[in-house]
Amino acid sequence: MSEHTHDDATRRDFLYIATGAAGAVAVAGIAWPLVSQMGPNAREQAAGAPVEIDVSEIEAGQLITVIWRGAPYFVRKLTEVEIKAADDAQQSEFRDFQPANERIAAAEGATPQWAIVAANCTHLGCVPTKVDTGLNGWVCPCHGSIFDVTGRVIKGPAPINLPLPPFVFASEDTLIIGTDQA
Amino acid sequence: MSGHSTYNPTSGFGKFMDKRLPLARLVHDSFVSYPVPRNLNAFYTFGAILMIMLVSQIITGVVIAMHYTADAGIAFESVQLLRRDVSYGGLLQNWHAVGASMFFVAVYVHIFRGLYYGSYKEPREVLWILGVIIYLLMMATAFMGYVLPWGQMSYWGAQVITSFFSAIPLVGETIREYLLGGYSVGNATLNRFFSLHYLLPFMIAGIVILHVWTLHVTGQTNPTGVEVKSKQDVLPFTPYATIKDAFFVVLFMMVMCYFVFFLPDYLGHADNYIPADPLKTPAHIVPEWYFLPFYAILRAIDFNIVVPFTEIVLIDSKLGGVLAMFGAIVVLFFVPWLDTSDVRSTNYRPMYKIFFWLFVINSIFLGYLGSRPAEGIWIPLMKASTFWYFFHFLVIMPALGFFEKPLARPASITDAVLAKASNSGASQIEGTAAEPNTKG
Repeated sequence: MSEHTHDDATRRDFLYIATGAAGAVAVAGIAWPLVSQMGPNAREQAAGAPVEIDVSEIEAGQLITVIWRGAPYFVRKLTEVEIKAADDAQQSEFRDFQPANERIAAAEGATPQWAIVAANCTHLGCVPTKVDTGLNGWVCPCHGSIFDVTGRVIKGPAPINLPLPPFVFASEDTLIIGTDQA
Repeated sequence: MSGHSTYNPTSGFGKFMDKRLPLARLVHDSFVSYPVPRNLNAFYTFGAILMIMLVSQIITGVVIAMHYTADAGIAFESVQLLRRDVSYGGLLQNWHAVGASMFFVAVYVHIFRGLYYGSYKEPREVLWILGVIIYLLMMATAFMGYVLPWGQMSYWGAQVITSFFSAIPLVGETIREYLLGGYSVGNATLNRFFSLHYLLPFMIAGIVILHVWTLHVTGQTNPTGVEVKSKQDVLPFTPYATIKDAFFVVLFMMVMCYFVFFLPDYLGHADNYIPADPLKTPAHIVPEWYFLPFYAILRAIDFNIVVPFTEIVLIDSKLGGVLAMFGAIVVLFFVPWLDTSDVRSTNYRPMYKIFFWLFVINSIFLGYLGSRPAEGIWIPLMKASTFWYFFHFLVIMPALGFFEKPLARPASITDAVLAKASNSGASQIEGTAAEPNTKG
């Protein structure tokens, strides 16, 4: 028995390490697919392709809600009064200031008059309700956040402005949400 | 509890099994001869009530799952089918839905009883922590169960609660997508919630076994907070605790039956009878009543936390609200160490007694605030009430232990019982009738 005790690695050491290593690889190999399956599946991803919207029928002051990737987006045609209110508003009125012109869009060559913003409040995802009281454009019914007509947060628990989705105007009447490549 | 078993099998089959799988011995030692303090009051029966509620929820849940379809297109319809067309389906569905509420009624009584009688103090810290884990699992289970009928409140509740995770900096959105199984709450979300709603109750049952195990290692507390010292202090679980538990289970079930039969929707929301609509948020998204205090805490934080004298945002209002809400539960884990007093029972803590009842009132008030819209006067009230919630745990609990002068405590449970009996003019306490079987 004692003749086998020396400092060199034994067969048992090798088996310990090899088994432990195989076990670690197996755990990682099992965990990876188990976590990965939780994510959006291929069909869900395919259904998340950009959507094309005909905006020719929308009058100034009107709003439509479009669905992309299962989430709603507001497409709002602003009136001149609303654009002026957004332009004139002071930086101090906002929690997450961004200049109005960065948030008002248009097809190439047309007058900028579209607010295209995510329709889920940045607080906890409720759909804000449209209001028309000067600068105020939306009020969230859940926790009272207030957004201006371009989706900039004025008040309430929402920490940031309503995000702008990637979008592009293919023509003056056709808006594509989901990509910014024409 | 440690100590030798008094189980004595008499039948041949009993002796045969006892040598091979002594399950009957385990049950006998845990629920028949197990010694309980003789002065337990009605509040100590809620553990048994909770066990019954868990079993009741599992049985009704397994049955109604046989009629339910976890598909975003027909889930709402399948619940209506269950309620209207399945024989006794409406009763079973009501029992399960009302049962969830009654489960929380019982767990809140149980938690406040633990807080009042200092049931979390040494050596019962692990017992308390396991209880908080059960409470967390109950909340997850109840939330996911509420999503399954796929009504408006189901959908928007899921929307709000899963958004909590998107508050996590950098990886929040990805985590949320992985929780939802999509870019928004949808069919994949419903399916996984159904799967987990079916799984979690069994995990709760597992933790309950550990909870009862630790209870039986340390022994129960009692209203005096004085540990069991002699055989005179205890009674055998059966018949004394068994019948007392059973009696209060019956009373509790009578209350539950009243709700099931006469007010089945009283504790729910009318909006959940409208099918889920991703484009239309209900006017007030309100969680089930048992989440309202936490919902108030969530909404109390509507301000960014910044580095002083700068505008650098450390924690934005969204993350702040979520942290405060989870913090309100996490703080419970530390209660055994936050309370610095070595007096268990609040009966002998004149100052803490006042603060305890203030805390109870504040918790109920937080619940009321949770049901109010986040506007006007309600917002400052939510902030004040949230402040008091944390102030109680983080300041009052640790501080009181240092300068509160507790009242004289009885030398033993028996002393307390005898003193009470002579005060109230009762003739004679039965000293010998109740001989406990074990202990020591």
